[in-house]
Amino acid sequence: MFDGPKPLVSVKDLKMHFPIYAGFFRRRVGEVKAVDGVSFDIVEGETLGLVGESGCGKSTCGRAVLRLYDITSGSISIDDREIGATPQSDLRTMRPTMQMVFQDPQASLNPRMTVEAIIKEPLDEHTALTEAEKREKVGELMDAVGLNRKFAKRYPHAFSGGQRQRIGIARALALNPKFIVCDEPIAALDVSIQAQVVNLLEDLQEKFGLTYLFISHDLSMVRHIATRVAVMYLGKVVELAPREALYRDPLHPYTKALLSAVPEPDPSLATAKERIILQGDVPSPSNPPNGCNFCTRCPSVMDICTKVEPDYREVQPGRYTACHLYNDTAG
Amino acid sequence: MPDGALPVLDVRDLKTVFKTRGGEVHAVNDVSFELRPGELLGVVGESGSGKSVTMMSLLGLLPSPPANVRGGQVTFDGRDLLKVNPDELRSVRGAKIGFIFQDPMTSLNPVFTVGNQIMEPLRKHMGLNKREAAVRAQELLELVGIPDAARRLLDYPHQFSGGMRQRVMIAIALACDPQVLIADEPTTALDVTIQAQILELMKELRSKLGMAVIWITHDLGVIAGIADRVMVMYAGQVVEHAPVEELFQNPQHPYTRALLKTIPTISGERAARLTIIEGQPPIMMAPPNACAFRDRCDVAFERCAQENPPRYDVGHGHDAACFFDARTGVPRDV
Repeated sequence: MFDGPKPLVSVKDLKMHFPIYAGFFRRRVGEVKAVDGVSFDIVEGETLGLVGESGCGKSTCGRAVLRLYDITSGSISIDDREIGATPQSDLRTMRPTMQMVFQDPQASLNPRMTVEAIIKEPLDEHTALTEAEKREKVGELMDAVGLNRKFAKRYPHAFSGGQRQRIGIARALALNPKFIVCDEPIAALDVSIQAQVVNLLEDLQEKFGLTYLFISHDLSMVRHIATRVAVMYLGKVVELAPREALYRDPLHPYTKALLSAVPEPDPSLATAKERIILQGDVPSPSNPPNGCNFCTRCPSVMDICTKVEPDYREVQPGRYTACHLYNDTAG
Repeated sequence: MPDGALPVLDVRDLKTVFKTRGGEVHAVNDVSFELRPGELLGVVGESGSGKSVTMMSLLGLLPSPPANVRGGQVTFDGRDLLKVNPDELRSVRGAKIGFIFQDPMTSLNPVFTVGNQIMEPLRKHMGLNKREAAVRAQELLELVGIPDAARRLLDYPHQFSGGMRQRVMIAIALACDPQVLIADEPTTALDVTIQAQILELMKELRSKLGMAVIWITHDLGVIAGIADRVMVMYAGQVVEHAPVEELFQNPQHPYTRALLKTIPTISGERAARLTIIEGQPPIMMAPPNACAFRDRCDVAFERCAQENPPRYDVGHGHDAACFFDARTGVPRDV
């Protein structure tokens, strides 16, 4: 990624560990390594898909990148500003550049605020516009996300799931951000509504030149929207590659298993497809296995995997993976 | 799956309404289907399309009020389940018809051991004593692929992962050797790799035990891999019904066609833009007197707003509730 365009977001060795307290004195007995050494760049205008199963740390990673948490260690640079260690109070001035669309449109909108008030709130906080200007801006945003301006005085409960997600998107757009983290924005929506929201996100990206981190567990939707895809497992990125390469020829055994587990809506393919069924469950992130995190379920596990943690590195141009199978192919 | 075999479950014109403050919601409108011995019938539809309510209606699982099963016949084992008394219905539920719910986190009782919960139907329905039930419970856990079954019987639900809990639910549903198993979105709450495990287990169990299964889901991918026949529901009605390959290769109803186009795939062509279905599903405050899909349909014409289309047989065991004939590209003349 050194010869390509300059990244807008650059994350290096990001760690987010949550302490576990137990016993009568609530002593610290361990930690959940939700995100454990994650590095990636996101180039301006692209969509980086972040996929993985529940509990792999993808949402925590997205929230940590926006510094919704005080991270354990690592560096995050957004738009040439290092924010990894910035105190929360100083982050406020940075917030307009980086916004978030949340998973559950029901829970992320205040039921006692009208749609207008919800979309206007960031404008109240961060701009010096007059009331009339703000109202006009809210109207423009509602147009942009395909909501009828007439509904500005209504409350969230009067809208369907897909429309509520549009309200959430309008709020995220209010301050002309450059970077938006979309945390499972379509997971709570019906299939026929998902496509509407994804198309809207793509239109807005083109119109406003947005950069997305698109977090999802839906591999087929990520294939549609992402430019590049990062696969997470147990707090680490195991593979990162351009979209087509990843789906055509996955390198990491976990990516292979994950892709083969996706049910295809075509009965002839479904029977022909060679499935890799992983045994067992994901280990606990408070007590990850020695060596490679995936060694307990990996179909091609070797001796070295249970002892040495594989390095995360570029094994082909633009393709990164952390797996001992590719030890000799490193350039 | 012999075509002529007598169905194990035959549902005719099932109608269910919910009384709400705003009026009556017509959740299930004249749903008819039959389940043949040993087959897996997939039921697909979006949330609110009436797929779960249909299944709960026929087992008398809906609280009344607000629900009211207003009409229809459900023939199972030579009697009409809608007419039998509650005791008789209870002897069918959990014994001859097993049920798996969507959320394995909330459908197990957290204060009883897993063994206790598997033994409950065995003792209630099959009259086994404690020791016999324990032996059978261990067999069942082994059947659904839970390692170290004897010890795991003594564990509580919170000691199991999501996928393991769903296996326990399957074990409970299978406890009394049911003729019919109804699975309501059994893999929706699970991750894809765990979902793949459960689907594989389900295929194995079917070939071993040979029961008939109704599998409710909104995921067409899951249906493609597991079902023999598929029923597509929209707004409380069956809009299309066909053998699985026929449905995917030759969808007749505009809703099914749109649905198949709107979902992206991981292999195959990647569309530059997703096809969308405009608009929202209807609010079902009145009994349907017109096609429920007409406002979102790309081939709707005047007749669609005047009458509700019946299910037209299009051959190959395939029917679709649409006035427009997708094969000829013109409206039907009947």
